[in-house]
Amino acid sequence: MNNWKLNLFLLVLALAAPMALYPVFLAKVLCFALFACAFNLLLGFAGLLSFGHAAFLGTGGYVTGYLMMNSGLTPELAILAGTISGGLLGAIFGKLAVKREGIYFAMVTLALAQLVFFIYLQAPFTNGEDGMQGVPRGELFGLIDLSDNFVMYYFVLAIFVLGYWIINRTVHSPFGQILKAIRENEDRAVSLGYNVDQYKLIAFIISAALAALAGSTKTLVFELASLTDVHWHMSGEVILMTLVGGVGTIFGPVLGAGFIITMQNYLSGGEMGNYIHIIMGAVFVVCVLSFRSGIVGQFMKFKRDNFN
Amino acid sequence: MFDINLFALFGQLLVGLINGSFYALLSLGLAIIFGLLKIINFAQGALYMLGAFVALLALKYMGINYWAALIVVPLTVGLVGVLMERFLIRPIANEDHLYSLLLTFGLALIIQGTFTHMFGSSGLSYAIPEALKGGMKLPFMYLPNYRAWIIISSVVVCFSTWWMIEKTKLGAYLRAGTENPQLMQAFGINVPLIVTLTFGFGVALAGFAGVMAAPVYSVSPDMGSNILIVVFAIVVIGGMGSIGGAIITGLGMGVVEGLTKYFYPEASTTVIFLVMVIVLLIKPAGLFGKEA
Repeated sequence: MNNWKLNLFLLVLALAAPMALYPVFLAKVLCFALFACAFNLLLGFAGLLSFGHAAFLGTGGYVTGYLMMNSGLTPELAILAGTISGGLLGAIFGKLAVKREGIYFAMVTLALAQLVFFIYLQAPFTNGEDGMQGVPRGELFGLIDLSDNFVMYYFVLAIFVLGYWIINRTVHSPFGQILKAIRENEDRAVSLGYNVDQYKLIAFIISAALAALAGSTKTLVFELASLTDVHWHMSGEVILMTLVGGVGTIFGPVLGAGFIITMQNYLSGGEMGNYIHIIMGAVFVVCVLSFRSGIVGQFMKFKRDNFN
Repeated sequence: MFDINLFALFGQLLVGLINGSFYALLSLGLAIIFGLLKIINFAQGALYMLGAFVALLALKYMGINYWAALIVVPLTVGLVGVLMERFLIRPIANEDHLYSLLLTFGLALIIQGTFTHMFGSSGLSYAIPEALKGGMKLPFMYLPNYRAWIIISSVVVCFSTWWMIEKTKLGAYLRAGTENPQLMQAFGINVPLIVTLTFGFGVALAGFAGVMAAPVYSVSPDMGSNILIVVFAIVVIGGMGSIGGAIITGLGMGVVEGLTKYFYPEASTTVIFLVMVIVLLIKPAGLFGKEA
């Protein structure tokens, strides 16, 4: 019940946020928060480290961008198409990657994502290094013009809440419980008669589709789809967001995404911009060495130790 | 007409063998480290880049020539590896191995970011040493001496490493450590020291590859990350079960890439990843892997 109140409070906060902060920045945070939550569904609840999630973010973005520019579809349909494409790509990745475990899983996903990167680099419709520029935001359901940043923000918020709800439902469903069982002890899950690979594959597809949903939405926010979203740096960034916020917590990735995006925005303006990768690397090292449970994990521990 | 094609074909095969030499050196280093520590060193590419830069800077500021660099640079890079293992990786050795992967990823970002900050992202060049300039005219192709030297010396280094691990007493310790570190510790062998030195050696191979690469590729901060992802795919293709397998897969994939450049250039950047997909479908454990 407590959780329910907290969620309501956060929702009110999110609804009021554009009064105080720039809506495009907030929309960016929400897109990355959804991306990180989708990634965390895999790492935090199934124990699978994907190093290729940029491929789904980028695919969603490119498909949505292409449809918005060339097909005359309304934005919600273009986003749906981007999400489905991400899910399909996720099915291919997942099918191949679940054959290997642990470190190999990470390497396979990274290599597949690099393959996708090179395809997008060469494919004519992505515009290569320049990216797809000037993607129109269109009119939601053919009725609501999204070109206003405030309207766009509330649309992004609605998508985020939907994605967050799906993840929450997945984690707390019987399916999610089996995923956790696989994470804790795969052999035992096998011995109980679960088709472990099948469960991992379904988790992978859900995660990929939601990552693509985040990418599709992000393309509309920035009116741009570019190679940056498909680059392996992006796969690394989402891992960092999740790690900072707290792996395996529902809300952690949201905080982690907020933290990293704010840091990047703050740094890229000033002369510290040159140090951004060094700082990101340092945050990685510090987190892994001494902050493995992340912000939310540390907070829960603090609460447990002091208030129970 | 046919002659010209043959000329181009051999040219691409040569380029393929050279790339393959670097793939072999890097994946060999990864395989050695994986054998004992069960981790994948994501910083291997960054350390390869570090090797190239150290060679370049040592020549510029200290007058250390190429031949001396072949010894000095692997030692320097190996020392960096030893420090990395001792002070960063060992403290989390008992955690999930994914954390050490992320740790080395963070280190790779730091190293690459530092060099990008200091030298920009455009490439620098390193002169081919005097003794290896020029080339030989073979009946079917022109073979530059330095390129021949890369292939020969890489193969020699790779196979001496293989011989050392498979045939010497030191190698026997190493293999025993891979099988059962607790038992070996019980026999009075200093396992943590062997682990540190192994990591240092695996990383030194990357440093050596960096020196070898400096005169043929442009020395730039991102030279390591691009090649590393290809090497990861190669490791998945070969499987990390055997040292010999890592060497053969590395060279073989270089040749496959070279042939693709000749027959279908558009796919040359993606062919190794496609081979990986096929291998995963047919033999998921990898060509030389033991089991899935």
